[in-house]
Amino acid sequence: MAQRHNDLLQTLVALTAVLVVISLYTVFVVAPTEQTMGHVQRIFYYHVASAWVGFLAFLVACVGGLLFLANRSLLWDTVSAASVEIGLLFSVIALVQGSLWARPVWNTWWTWDPRLTTTLVMCLYYSATMMLRQLGGSEERSARVGAVLSIVGFVNVPIVFLAIRMWRTIHPVVFTTAGFAVAPRMLLALLASLLAFTALYACLLWMRIRVTQLARDISRLRHGLTSRRTL
Amino acid sequence: MSYWRGVMAMVAKDVLAELRSKEALSAMLLFALMVAVTFNLALELRVDNVLQIAPGLMWVAFAFAGVLGLNRSFAAEQECACIEGLMLTPVDRSAVYIAKCISNTLFMLAAEALFLPVFSALFRVPVWSPALWFIVLLGTVGFASAGTLFAAVAMNSRAREILLPLLLLPIVVPVLTAATRSTAQILDGQSLAQYAPWLRLLLAFDIISVVIAVLSFEYVIEE
Repeated sequence: MAQRHNDLLQTLVALTAVLVVISLYTVFVVAPTEQTMGHVQRIFYYHVASAWVGFLAFLVACVGGLLFLANRSLLWDTVSAASVEIGLLFSVIALVQGSLWARPVWNTWWTWDPRLTTTLVMCLYYSATMMLRQLGGSEERSARVGAVLSIVGFVNVPIVFLAIRMWRTIHPVVFTTAGFAVAPRMLLALLASLLAFTALYACLLWMRIRVTQLARDISRLRHGLTSRRTL
Repeated sequence: MSYWRGVMAMVAKDVLAELRSKEALSAMLLFALMVAVTFNLALELRVDNVLQIAPGLMWVAFAFAGVLGLNRSFAAEQECACIEGLMLTPVDRSAVYIAKCISNTLFMLAAEALFLPVFSALFRVPVWSPALWFIVLLGTVGFASAGTLFAAVAMNSRAREILLPLLLLPIVVPVLTAATRSTAQILDGQSLAQYAPWLRLLLAFDIISVVIAVLSFEYVIEE
């Protein structure tokens, strides 16, 4: 069983590596250089991909939380907790990439635009939930509370966004109902990086879950050893 | 029927305890005033800019004071192990949440009612307006309903006082935004039609927040 999981994971890692190489090629070779922004526009492909993974990861965390509360299997809590960590990482990466792009294009590192503000608020919230997991009592309790927090956090994101959007936005809108607002070869690069990052997310999630499970096994073994020694 | 009798009994208990100690109320009021004074010194409020700054100042004072009160609401129960008594009450767990939410809202409203006249006198802001009070009510319900859930979440962790604001403030961003904006518009003398979108947002947040909290509260305190 463990061996089969290992093989699957290795296949996934290899696949991700290939996808990353393809995405690098499409982003730097296939995609044309943007007329007004120049090369700095190429951040866009990984910026969107990172933001997407952040969002996907928080969605997975929310679903994992719901499933944990429904059937109380610690596996779902592990999925939820791991996904929060990865989501936070990619959201922060997206914010940093956005800043790097915004400096030459908007002439500022930061603006209180709805998307930026929502992402920042989301990062702060999920950081606090991770803090709570570290500080909070028993494994079972922190799993329950963590599940509730990941659900509440995800439900709240659209409301935060709506509240802040009632002020005007200057963030470029790429996906509209009228289709994509980018050139076809740029779209190809974007799709390649989205795919690569999603695969990367799957790898990281899988590995993070395994690390948590191994840590749990070790602590159980150690517990068994110490209790045997006292006998 | 017995559900609401249970809720009312728990609210009455909280109110009675608060009337005797006046712990949360005095702490919230003093802290809100201190925030107002600090802001005044930090931001250099003048007659010509007071209407721009006052709404934000008011809601920051409410939010910070509210966190203080919310921290007390479950801490007080834990100190004398009363929380076990509450858990053993023969009512649905959500009744405990509803009761705590109502008493927290009441305490916050009481502190705000005492704060507003002083605030009005200090900053020369006209607060004698039912529309403003309605916004204060909606904002406080939203803040207290989410806050009561998070106070229960943070209750058993080691860093309770730190975790509550860290978790709660990001979640109540919509409340603070909508309340601050609509307060500014009311002080500016605008009509209901102009701040109605914010009002709707506040109402929507209050409803969603209470529903989610009622559904998830039992998972938070189940021991």
